[in-house]
Amino acid sequence: MGAGHAHTLHHVGDSPVHRLPAHVKIVAAFLMVIAVVATPREAFWVFGAHLALLVGIWVTARIPVAAIAARSLIEAPFVALAVLLPFFATGPRTEFLGLSLSVDGLLAGWNILVKGTLGVLISVTLGMTTPVRDLLAGLARLRVPGMVTTIATLMVRYLEVIAAEARRMRLARVARGHDPRFLWQIGPTVRGVGTLFLRSYERGERVHLAMLARGYTGSMPLLGVPTTGRRTWAVALAPAAAAVLFATAGYA
Amino acid sequence: MTTEVVAMHMSDGIVNAPTSLAFGVVAIVGLAICVARARRDLDDRTAPLAGLVAAFVFAVQMLNFPVLPGVSGHLLGGALTAILVGPYVGALCVAIVLVLQALLFADGGLSALGTNITNMALIGTFVGFAVAVALRPLARRSRAGLLVTAFVAAWVNTVVASMGFVLEYALGGQGLALGTVFGLMAGFHALIGIGEGIITALTVGAVAAVRPDLVYLLRGQRSELTITEATVR
Repeated sequence: MGAGHAHTLHHVGDSPVHRLPAHVKIVAAFLMVIAVVATPREAFWVFGAHLALLVGIWVTARIPVAAIAARSLIEAPFVALAVLLPFFATGPRTEFLGLSLSVDGLLAGWNILVKGTLGVLISVTLGMTTPVRDLLAGLARLRVPGMVTTIATLMVRYLEVIAAEARRMRLARVARGHDPRFLWQIGPTVRGVGTLFLRSYERGERVHLAMLARGYTGSMPLLGVPTTGRRTWAVALAPAAAAVLFATAGYA
Repeated sequence: MTTEVVAMHMSDGIVNAPTSLAFGVVAIVGLAICVARARRDLDDRTAPLAGLVAAFVFAVQMLNFPVLPGVSGHLLGGALTAILVGPYVGALCVAIVLVLQALLFADGGLSALGTNITNMALIGTFVGFAVAVALRPLARRSRAGLLVTAFVAAWVNTVVASMGFVLEYALGGQGLALGTVFGLMAGFHALIGIGEGIITALTVGAVAAVRPDLVYLLRGQRSELTITEATVR
C-alpha cells in the first residue's frame, strides 16, 4: 500500500531512436540544447526549424505527441515568469490592446518561453526513448566517476521505496487529522522527515552489508558494452549538428 | 486550493549560452573536488549509503511546505544534507539529484544544469556548512543551540543560493533590471529560507535526539560516560 509506480519519462518502444546507445543520445541532447540556447532571440524561423527537427525525431521514434505534451507540463511555472517580463522590464515601451509593454521585456519573455519549451521537449524526448538503467550506464560510459554512478544507481533503485515510505507516513498523519496550512503547524511533518532520514540511512547500512555479503567490491560491473561505431555517432548527432547549423544561420 | 511552487529549478533560456557553459565548467570542477574529498568521508564501498541519502534528498524535495496561504515552496536540502552527512558527500548527493531530475523527469533544463548545480549543490551546501561550522560551539552546547545553528545555516544557504542566481542573471540574463531581480529573489528567498530553516532545524533535532552519531556536524564529539548510581531497594 502506498507504493506507487515509477513516474519517470520512459515510453517503451522499439524504434531506431530507442535503439541508439544511451551515451550517444545524452551527448546529442546536450549539444542540441546548447544550440537552442545559443540561438539569437530575434531569429524566429530558427526556433521553428529546431521544432521541426524534434518532430522528425518523434516521428522516427513513433512516440505520440499527446504523451510528450503531458510530460512537458513541468515547465508551466516558467510560462508565468515569461508572461510577467513584458510588464516589468525596462527600456522603450509599446502599446498593445491598451497595455503598455516593454519591447525588450517582450523579447526577453519570448526568449525564455521558446528556449525553455524547446529545452523541456529535448529532455522529454531523451527521457522517453531511453530506459533509466541505460541512462545511468550511459553516464558511466561518458567517464563519470564510478562513485557518482554507483550513488546514482542506488538512488534510482531506492527512490520509490523511500518515496513510498514518505507517502505512508503522510497518510498516517492525515488519517490522524493533520492538515497543515501554516508554517507553524509543520511540526509533525518535520519529525517525519527526521524519521525518514534515519530509516533511509539505516536502510543504506543494511543494503551495503547485503551487497558486501554478495561479493560487492566497490564497483558495479558494466554489462554488455558493445563498442559504438562511427556510423552510430554520425546518425545520432545528425539532428544536433543540424540544430547547431540553424543556430549559426540565425546570426547571419 | 491552488498552490504555486516558488522554489524551483532554472529552465533553459534564462541565461545565455556562454554563461551556461561557464557555470557548467564551474559545476564540473566543483564536483570533481567533491568526489575526491568525499572518498575521505566515504570509501568506494560505502557509496550505497550515499545513494540512500540521495534518495532521501529526492523524496524530501517532493515535500511542499506552505510559505504563505496559497504559495508553497519545496526544500532545497543543501544545509540539511551538509549538516547530516558533510559538505562533500552532501553536495555530491544534491548534484546527483539535480542531474537525475533533469534527465529522468525533465525538471530543470539540461543547459541550466551547471547553474542549478552551482547554486543549489555547491553554494547551498558549502555556505550552509560554513555557517554551521562557525556556530559549532553553540551547537555542541545544547539542543536549542543545535536547532538555532541549523536554522541559521539553512536560512543563509537559501538566500545566498538565490544570490547565485542573481549573479548568473547579471552575467547572462536579459530583460529585467538587476535591482528588480535582486529585490525579488532576496525577498522571496528570505521568506522561503524561514521555511527551509524551520524544517532543517527540526529535522536535525529529530535525528540528533535518536542517533547523534549520524550528525556529521557533531562528529568527533565524545560524550562523557556518566555513571549514575541506581538506588537499590
